[in-house]
Amino acid sequence: MSVLSTPSSKARFDLVSALKRALLAALVAFGLFSLMIGVRTHTGSNGALFLEGRPGLLAIMVGIVFVSTLARELILGERQIELRSLVPPALTAPLQILPKLAAPALLVFALIVPIIFYQNRYMLDLGIMILTYVMLGWGLNIVVGLAGLLDLGYVAFYAVGAYSYALLAEHFGFSFWICLPLAGILASFWGIILGFPVLRLRGDYLAIVTMAFGEIIRLVLLNFQTLTHGPDGISGIPRPSFFGLPFNNEPGGFAHTFGLHYSFTHRIVFLYYLILVLALVTNFVTIRLRRLPIGRAWEALREDEIACRSLGINTTNTKLTAFAMGAMFAGFAGSFFATRQGFISPESFTFTESAMVLAIVVLGGMGSQIGVAVAAAVMLGGFELFREFATFRMLVFGLAMVLIMIWRPRGLVATRTPSVFLRSPKEVDAEDVRRARAKSWSWRRARHD
Amino acid sequence: MNAPSATTGNTPMLAVRGVKTYYGNIIALKGIDLDIHAGEIVAMIGANGAGKSTLMMTIFGDPRPREGQVLFEGRDITGMPAHEIARLNIAQSPEGRRIFGRMTVMENLQMGATVTDNAHFEEDLERVFRLFPRLKERVHQRGGTLSGGEQQMLAIGRALMSRPRLLLLDEPSLGLAPLLVKQIFDAIRELNEREKLTVFLVEQNAFHALKLAHRGYVMVNGLITLSGPGRELLQRPEVRAAYLEGGRH
Repeated sequence: MSVLSTPSSKARFDLVSALKRALLAALVAFGLFSLMIGVRTHTGSNGALFLEGRPGLLAIMVGIVFVSTLARELILGERQIELRSLVPPALTAPLQILPKLAAPALLVFALIVPIIFYQNRYMLDLGIMILTYVMLGWGLNIVVGLAGLLDLGYVAFYAVGAYSYALLAEHFGFSFWICLPLAGILASFWGIILGFPVLRLRGDYLAIVTMAFGEIIRLVLLNFQTLTHGPDGISGIPRPSFFGLPFNNEPGGFAHTFGLHYSFTHRIVFLYYLILVLALVTNFVTIRLRRLPIGRAWEALREDEIACRSLGINTTNTKLTAFAMGAMFAGFAGSFFATRQGFISPESFTFTESAMVLAIVVLGGMGSQIGVAVAAAVMLGGFELFREFATFRMLVFGLAMVLIMIWRPRGLVATRTPSVFLRSPKEVDAEDVRRARAKSWSWRRARHD
Repeated sequence: MNAPSATTGNTPMLAVRGVKTYYGNIIALKGIDLDIHAGEIVAMIGANGAGKSTLMMTIFGDPRPREGQVLFEGRDITGMPAHEIARLNIAQSPEGRRIFGRMTVMENLQMGATVTDNAHFEEDLERVFRLFPRLKERVHQRGGTLSGGEQQMLAIGRALMSRPRLLLLDEPSLGLAPLLVKQIFDAIRELNEREKLTVFLVEQNAFHALKLAHRGYVMVNGLITLSGPGRELLQRPEVRAAYLEGGRH
């Protein structure tokens, strides 16, 4: 570019190039907005649909894009804007604390959601849905983010968990609290079943086989009529009780025991806190595991399998534990899903669900816990937010995903926190190392023995 | 040392006996015999595709040889899974370094200590840092951000963290500047002289490798064609013609 070739001309406005860019931006905006803003459907008096063109509004929107792009080009030119320089020096120190506060702030917000939105059933349901996906995302993060095993059939374990609870409750009358661990165990058992045949596969091949596994589970649920009732699904799944107290308007119910007025919301709030606790347990276990040898072995496996083997890591066990661990949390989430819905059918466990959870993990930043939580909230919240766009929702959604991937190719939170620290880089502080190792090595010994 | 050394008398530390390795129907090693005695540095040189790395990998359990035996201190380790071989105090720095790119130097070294007892971790860490002070400076850096030479140091350092009695190095000079090659080879010599560490290295850089090694082997097309003391091999006209003249790298 001529502007770059001679330093002296750098300051000169390159009007032609600026106009070109602005025009290009306007053209893109026109392409996108023409469908989203330019046309609108109306129902006529006779019930038929007709299209209303809105060229004026469209012109205004495209004009805004053109003018703002031109202004940006003329003001900034080739210069890259350094966001840091816009912050006054006095504010930099407080601002640096912000990222550290993000996780506690989100947690506090999650805790008080039922208080803020007590009257708003819609928001509570949305919160429960988001937390379910946060939990699924954290579970899949173990398999995909930490161990680096691309799993496109994660929904299978979610389904195993849901059907485990539904069937155990139907046939044996087990309560939710007994079924929850059983569902986790069964799901992790299926995780190992899937793990064995795919031990030698990586990347694309692994993805295809896991995807097939997800479909197989769904088709079995659909066709094993005598056990699963096929496409009719299972209804009347018992609701969870508050440690034995059912949520009903009868003596001995939750409301009566605590002297409250019976309200339908009690159960919703309880479900909300239940999934919040389940998700936090998933998070806590993952964070702990990352600092233990097994967690480090997962990460090393993601980086290089051959090196792992030459360092004495049993890659077979490492992969199987990753699959089993990820599947277990999906199983927990599945039995929660069953008890919340009260009805499940194979329709709830399609490939779209797997893709959704995987998208959450990838967008959040593989391996990052907070990133996954934020991505789940953004994706599902965004889904709801753009509900009025109706058919264009997927378009907006796809565009948003593309933009995120351009802006942050490694996900929203791309940085990986090391699991061992030393106090000073120049001086190896033996005490620090010993402390870090004391935590983890006792576990490792137990594993090796 | 975990176990009293079984290398008494004439039993070599590592013995390869008539090993034939195939990739499918293609024969890569056509019957290799090789001895490595305790305290030695042994180098295997040969051109690209001669089968050097295949031999290294066969010793480490993957691929498994179709015929022949690999003996470590008299014990048959043929066909043992790689992670179990690593537990016998044999360490390998595989071809192409293969460090864990997103993990820090510290974490990489910690992974190296997977098979050892934790009691002497700090001591081992200090030993690696003494050998490669550069790693100490970069202890919190991600492995992937290190330069090629530093990555090679890390790969060797990681292998040393398991307190090996036998260290296998696959092309430690690959892709390094001459000065760095010298640094790496000096470190290997130091380990051998000071700690009597037994080293088996596979190299294309015949000049440096044979100068360093007590004994050397020359491999051509899956067969060992020459063997002898390193410096003697360096003088052999066929070695000079094939690997040295026309540019010592």
